[in-house]
Amino acid sequence: MIAPDSTTTIDLVARFPSVVTPDTRPGYSGWIVDPAHLTEVATAIRNEFSYDLLSSVTGVDYYPDKMEVVYHAYRTTGGPALVFKVQIPRHNPVVPSVTPIWKGAELQEREAWDLLGIRFEGHPDLRRIFMWEGFAGHPLRKDWKEPFYEEDVKPFKSRWPEGKHLPAEMRTPLQDNLFFPPGFDPEAFSFQDPDQAAYEALRRQHRPTDEDGIQTDVIIINMGPQHPSTHGVFRAAVMLDGETIIGLKPIVGYLHRNHEKIGERNTFLQNMPYTDRLDYFNSMSNNFGYALAVEKLMGIPVAERAEYIRVIMAELSRIQNHLVWFGMMLNDLGAMYTPALYAFEERELILDIFEATAGSRMMCNYFRFGGVARDVSEDTLRKIHDLVHDRLPRKIDEMDRLLTENEVLVSRLKGIGYLSAEDAIRTSMTGPMLRASGVPYDIRRADPYSIYDRFEFDVACHPEGDMYARYQVRMDEVRESIKIIKQALKQIPQGPIMSVKPSYQIKVPPGEAYGRVEAPKGELGFYIVSNGQPNPWRYHVRAPSLINLTSLEMMCIGEKIADFVAILGAVDIVLGELDR
Amino acid sequence: MNPKDINLPGYEIPEELKHVIAITALDRLYNWGRRSSVWPLMFGLACCAIEMIATQAARYDLARFGMEVMRPTPRQADLMIVAGTVTKKMVPAIVRLYNQMPEPKYVLAMGACASSGGPFKEGYNVVAGIDKFLPVDVYVPGCPPTPQALINGLILLQKKIDKESIKQVRWYRKGPDSVAIPIPVLGPDLIDTRRIPDIKAHTLSSTSKTDDQS
Repeated sequence: MIAPDSTTTIDLVARFPSVVTPDTRPGYSGWIVDPAHLTEVATAIRNEFSYDLLSSVTGVDYYPDKMEVVYHAYRTTGGPALVFKVQIPRHNPVVPSVTPIWKGAELQEREAWDLLGIRFEGHPDLRRIFMWEGFAGHPLRKDWKEPFYEEDVKPFKSRWPEGKHLPAEMRTPLQDNLFFPPGFDPEAFSFQDPDQAAYEALRRQHRPTDEDGIQTDVIIINMGPQHPSTHGVFRAAVMLDGETIIGLKPIVGYLHRNHEKIGERNTFLQNMPYTDRLDYFNSMSNNFGYALAVEKLMGIPVAERAEYIRVIMAELSRIQNHLVWFGMMLNDLGAMYTPALYAFEERELILDIFEATAGSRMMCNYFRFGGVARDVSEDTLRKIHDLVHDRLPRKIDEMDRLLTENEVLVSRLKGIGYLSAEDAIRTSMTGPMLRASGVPYDIRRADPYSIYDRFEFDVACHPEGDMYARYQVRMDEVRESIKIIKQALKQIPQGPIMSVKPSYQIKVPPGEAYGRVEAPKGELGFYIVSNGQPNPWRYHVRAPSLINLTSLEMMCIGEKIADFVAILGAVDIVLGELDR
Repeated sequence: MNPKDINLPGYEIPEELKHVIAITALDRLYNWGRRSSVWPLMFGLACCAIEMIATQAARYDLARFGMEVMRPTPRQADLMIVAGTVTKKMVPAIVRLYNQMPEPKYVLAMGACASSGGPFKEGYNVVAGIDKFLPVDVYVPGCPPTPQALINGLILLQKKIDKESIKQVRWYRKGPDSVAIPIPVLGPDLIDTRRIPDIKAHTLSSTSKTDDQS
């Protein structure tokens, strides 16, 4: 069940006459704000209407008319979104930045600048984020074509119905995935390190002086992109005074594989397997978010049995994600391997269940619009039953005994990487990171989706705001997930697993939808715009891994460089989702 | 390796010396040493890296094949498992890591992306296979390959090492293979410095035509 969109409960037009108009396009909701007054309206939305959590900021290119920037704000006390938009011309689009109001917009505005070329005035550090400085063009603009461009939308005619196609290399002049502007002379090209801009930004923000006002020496070191503890190809430029961190810039994009551009060429159903590869630990949760968004657009219900299967799979996915997190966290703290091996042992059991139901260990591609792809056999349900009633609680208690009171763990985690509740909300943190700062905000409770309102469970929350709290929140969450699965297994009915007839090509009416789930890493949202065609016009993923990095610098400043690895580990990033 | 495998056939060893002396070829001895301690670089790019970790973990236990010693530094590694999508932004770092590895060195392309670009091939930031830059020894298909598939690929690599001869391996020969691979440069797009003449010929010839890409 999706909560009804009740943006009408507050009336922005009455508060800002002639500045705000309701969005009356069919299938759309929310408010359109005059760009010149955006700062004023956004300040009121945050301070007067208390929409303190800015969840998603993204741009849409309505080629050839205009650009639009879409904001989704929430209250941390719960309830549906307040959606507001600004519309700007496509040529030289400029919007005032909302970063001074919600710091959580920082990385998302950089993303919109990089991929769509929307300039945000007043942004403290507006640089490209995924592509490097100097890359030609803004790829998500509808008139920008990638080198291997074949047609605007899939299925490409050469594949179907013609059934004959040449490899992409044979269609491009350089026989490769390359495009150079005409007249570009590679010999005359002088290479400038694209990273210099990041170092400059770091130096600009931090001018360290000691107590006497004398300039002291600092060094910038790079961690990553090939570093054994950065959980993938993440990189951070860290500014150090001695061993103490005084500044930090995440440098991302090393796994930017163009999810959104490819997603706008795919049909709606073809995107489902791509969502698996976002957060590759939790393909089930990713499927869940995407299915919710498209179902919202289509206005179709979900089969009752499928709802239960979805919840069971998403919670199993959360358990294995957190188990791996325990193992990797301890790896980062130097307890090489033993906890990780324990965690992977249990994870394999959950992957067996995924393999039995969906056919694949990691890339499940299991959800369909209106239900799920295959039914779960009685045998598998019994296996899940045994797992959550016996093995998993036992193993989690074992891990609890091994780790929670462990002196090394406690002394490395307690009081390190502090983030206050206000800062956590201001930087749009979600998921365990927000709850470890004492904000009991869990989408399953705050804005229930699917059938989560039928289950008894507690929202894990710890007020300390340090890394130990982040550890405890995840330990509690695993237990709550087991509780949810136990209830779901008791209540699961027999019946069909699809509410509609399965088909390859679905009809999606024009409009927009934002579907979000409480993924193990935070709020995973999918913003989808359809224009009635078989392909989404805009397909945007609100990635918790990326947005949770907004506060990384805050948490690290004043800590030792040795703790950086652990602080980063505690955020729980995954690069497939971060860079997309 | 037991004495039966290491001895070359055709050389008679007196009975009383059978457990003391072995007659073999230098290649066999070299290859035996190399195949039995392949140290992979601790280096993951994307989804496949998780299956690589699972391969090392309890259930699949890569240690059974003598390949579990993951080295975080390229200076100590023999094998680069390219586990995941290679992007244009990342490829300079990958080539640099490969150049830093001492010889003998091998490359295993794990999964569809590293082999050919996979599902992301059409993306503007994706390199369609690591073999555009590095010489690949073994390709492992799958998205992601299961741990069993990766182990199979590693066993194939061992078989390949068994057939090597120090007379023929590329790192002991003169020629283009023995020098480091030039590190590509990030310009308006990825510039492979070996292909500068091609690029120049193309871009300068297309000046007169108007292009729809801006």
